[in-house]
Amino acid sequence: MNTKYKFFISCEEAKHICDKTQYGEASFWEKVKLNVRLSWCRFTRAYSSDNNKLTKLLKKSNIDAIEQDKKDEMHRKLQEEMSKY
Amino acid sequence: MPNNQLDPNKWITRYADYLFNYTIVRVKDRETAEDLVQETFFAGLKSMANFKGEASERTWLISILKRKIIDYYRKINSKKGQAEVRINYNSDTESEGDWLEERVADGYDKNAEDQIQNEELGLAIEDCIDKLPEKQAKIFKMKTILGYDTETICNELNITASNLWVIIHRARTALSGCLEQNWY
Repeated sequence: MNTKYKFFISCEEAKHICDKTQYGEASFWEKVKLNVRLSWCRFTRAYSSDNNKLTKLLKKSNIDAIEQDKKDEMHRKLQEEMSKY
Repeated sequence: MPNNQLDPNKWITRYADYLFNYTIVRVKDRETAEDLVQETFFAGLKSMANFKGEASERTWLISILKRKIIDYYRKINSKKGQAEVRINYNSDTESEGDWLEERVADGYDKNAEDQIQNEELGLAIEDCIDKLPEKQAKIFKMKTILGYDTETICNELNITASNLWVIIHRARTALSGCLEQNWY
């Protein structure tokens, strides 16, 4: 593959890498490519800024959730209880 | 006009996390919070006949939950009342120094106002997650809030990694838009 194509990525791919970055799953090379794209594409920049904002808000809110297994168990118990009525 | 109806089959998927987040900031203990949420659903089931349909299902469940939380505190307080009350300057005997400096509040600690704002933010986010399609919401929560590995989620739900990322992307875009309207 031509180096030029390795270096320049599509907007879709940039968004995908940006999503992965939010979960700390982007590789070093992917981050380089994302930053190149960020330097000239304002759509990617807007997406990236919204995405970072969302991650910060999620962290700040301390939002929590019940584990899936526990939820399944709760559902089962509720169904049991429902059958009594 | 009564137009809201109850559908207990969907309670867990729709409201369990919302009620849980409402509870966890008030009782600070996961297990207790989970129990209180479960009890709320049971109590809801029992008093379904009293639901007039004026409020939304969730508002009605929250009103039951509030009473459950109050009951919980009443119960632990009555237990405390029976115990011997001791007041010490410092219960921790291992601390060095013996002056009040140690007791001064930490200025960098979260203050009450911050906490209230964070709770509201949490519920606003939960509201926005509620608006996502069920599968998207489930995957987003597993990945982002519970912090499961991509691989674990893919195995459990039988989807491919690229599938997962597409769903995450859609969920994040929708959430950003929703919070843009309701929070900023």
